[in-house]
Amino acid sequence: MSDKKPVLEFRNVDKSFGHIDVLNDISLKVGEGEVLCLLGDNGAGKSTLIKTLSGVYQPTRGEILMDGQPALFSSPREAQERGIATVHQFGGTYPLMSIGRNFFMGSEPTKGWGPFKYFDRKTATRVAVAEVQKMGITRITDGDRLVGGLSGGERQSLAIARAVYFGARVLILDEPTAALGVKQAAHVLRIINEAKRRGLAVIFITHQVMHAMAVGDHFAVLIRGAIAADFRKGEKTREQIADLMAGGESMASLEASLEGYMETHDGLPPPPAH
Amino acid sequence: MTTTNLRTSTVETPAIESESAISSIKAFFRTPAAGAFMGFVAVFILFAMFGYSRNFLSVAGVTTWVNFASLIGMIAIPVGFLMIAGELDISTGAVLPASTMTVAIVCEHYQMPVLVGVAAALAIGALIGFINGYIVTHTRVPSFIVTLATLFAVAGITLYLSIFFINNTNSFYHAPDWAKSLFGGKVYGFNSSVFWWGGLIAAFVFFLHYSPKGSWVFALGGDQESARNAGIPVTRMKIALFMLCSISAAFAGVLQVMTFSSATSQANFGLIFNTIIAVVVGGVLLTGGFGTVMGIVFGVLTLSIVTQAIGFTEIDRNLSFLIIGVMLLIAVLLNDTFRHLATSWSTSKKK
Repeated sequence: MSDKKPVLEFRNVDKSFGHIDVLNDISLKVGEGEVLCLLGDNGAGKSTLIKTLSGVYQPTRGEILMDGQPALFSSPREAQERGIATVHQFGGTYPLMSIGRNFFMGSEPTKGWGPFKYFDRKTATRVAVAEVQKMGITRITDGDRLVGGLSGGERQSLAIARAVYFGARVLILDEPTAALGVKQAAHVLRIINEAKRRGLAVIFITHQVMHAMAVGDHFAVLIRGAIAADFRKGEKTREQIADLMAGGESMASLEASLEGYMETHDGLPPPPAH
Repeated sequence: MTTTNLRTSTVETPAIESESAISSIKAFFRTPAAGAFMGFVAVFILFAMFGYSRNFLSVAGVTTWVNFASLIGMIAIPVGFLMIAGELDISTGAVLPASTMTVAIVCEHYQMPVLVGVAAALAIGALIGFINGYIVTHTRVPSFIVTLATLFAVAGITLYLSIFFINNTNSFYHAPDWAKSLFGGKVYGFNSSVFWWGGLIAAFVFFLHYSPKGSWVFALGGDQESARNAGIPVTRMKIALFMLCSISAAFAGVLQVMTFSSATSQANFGLIFNTIIAVVVGGVLLTGGFGTVMGIVFGVLTLSIVTQAIGFTEIDRNLSFLIIGVMLLIAVLLNDTFRHLATSWSTSKKK
């Protein structure tokens, strides 16, 4: 199906917790320089899927392939070492720590020897600033600044730049634009494009169809733990995708009826149904 | 000042150096240690003014509160680490007496070598810390409740075993000379514990602010889930911090029993309050993720002056608790301001 060799592939993956099946027969693949958008409403199983992708959970049944070889990640660390980086909605950044320390969290550069190894602040801040700027965030010039002073979009960008720097091949972005304003979201989308240009395989999880359509090559809609639709760029319109996410219910007609009501009722929405 | 200006105008490198020196001073005033430092200076000046005629500045006056500070301080810093990591440990109030009784029972009653008693006391501290850490990380019970439980459990066991072994809740202990001078001696009125504390401060500063693992402590309190995702061994790190805290409390117990030549099995509830007040006055954020070792050190010193040295001044002794209460409130209110200053600051405007 894909013209590029898949970096990460899920084959018929199921995930159950006790008797509850959360993921059902999920098959996905994402190749180099490709953005796969996973769309789904709240409760569709997105977070479970992300956790399975990033090594927090192991699939109950089915196979995970990396570069065509079966792979099993027993921990997030192991997945990371294989090049799978996950950036979560609220960051992976620590507001009250400097940009340099944030950037190298968990893999600190050190100087000195034995028990006297110390954190190499100069290298850390220099590299962090350079990497973030390379991703197109030129406003960050001082690596000693605390991350809490950055905007939401800049924090996301920092987290993505960090993943790219540490050699990620697959970038999993969990709702990176959900909490952001329009401008900030555009920033993050630009960074996703930059990551794609550098040949990373990007899995972009979102429920904002517009954001998905801006960067996605390939789309999968998740409903109640199963893939309800799988299509490529340009095959479906925004309305069709929104309908799919809402579970087949026609969002367009719902919106139309809502607008009709508001026009005749001084712009007020209808009262909640009982 | 003028010489610096001259050099900066002629040579390139010193310019950067002097600027970084100034900016590091500026940086200090944005850290949580700054508030604690200014509080310490204010209290010191106030007490020196009211205490000048009553020997506040004499050797006896100074050693009184510095000696007190050293024992509180070596426990308060690891308690602060835990608070930075988003946890709390109040079991120290039982670990310290347990440690003093262990040394007294092992060395005085059973006549074992000093180092065996010290090792036993530290091992008991390590065990209590491990239990605290294990329960906190493997259940979802808040650490306040877990350590409250171990506080009472350990206090109870200490009383019970003291009666069981020596049929007494208190004990004398006379250390051999070398141990007395190493752990409980006096130099110009300063107890050995002051020097131990000094060494520990250096080690703790290095650990938290310079070693690579120091960042992990902040990450635990900042965002534990992200820390786990970044590959930080969250569980192991937390257990280690709880162990460090209890071992430090046990070590303070060792120093105390050597210094005062006596041990008691009574739980030290005052210690719990003192350590937590010192940590908060020292600028550690109650919600975790922020704080400095030097801030805690100044917090401890301030607390010690107010509670111990008030007798060397004309200020009424009974007011010391009031001062502590007011100080604590001011510190908590200021912490927010400092945090705001720290995050909003940017040097890009300057350039």
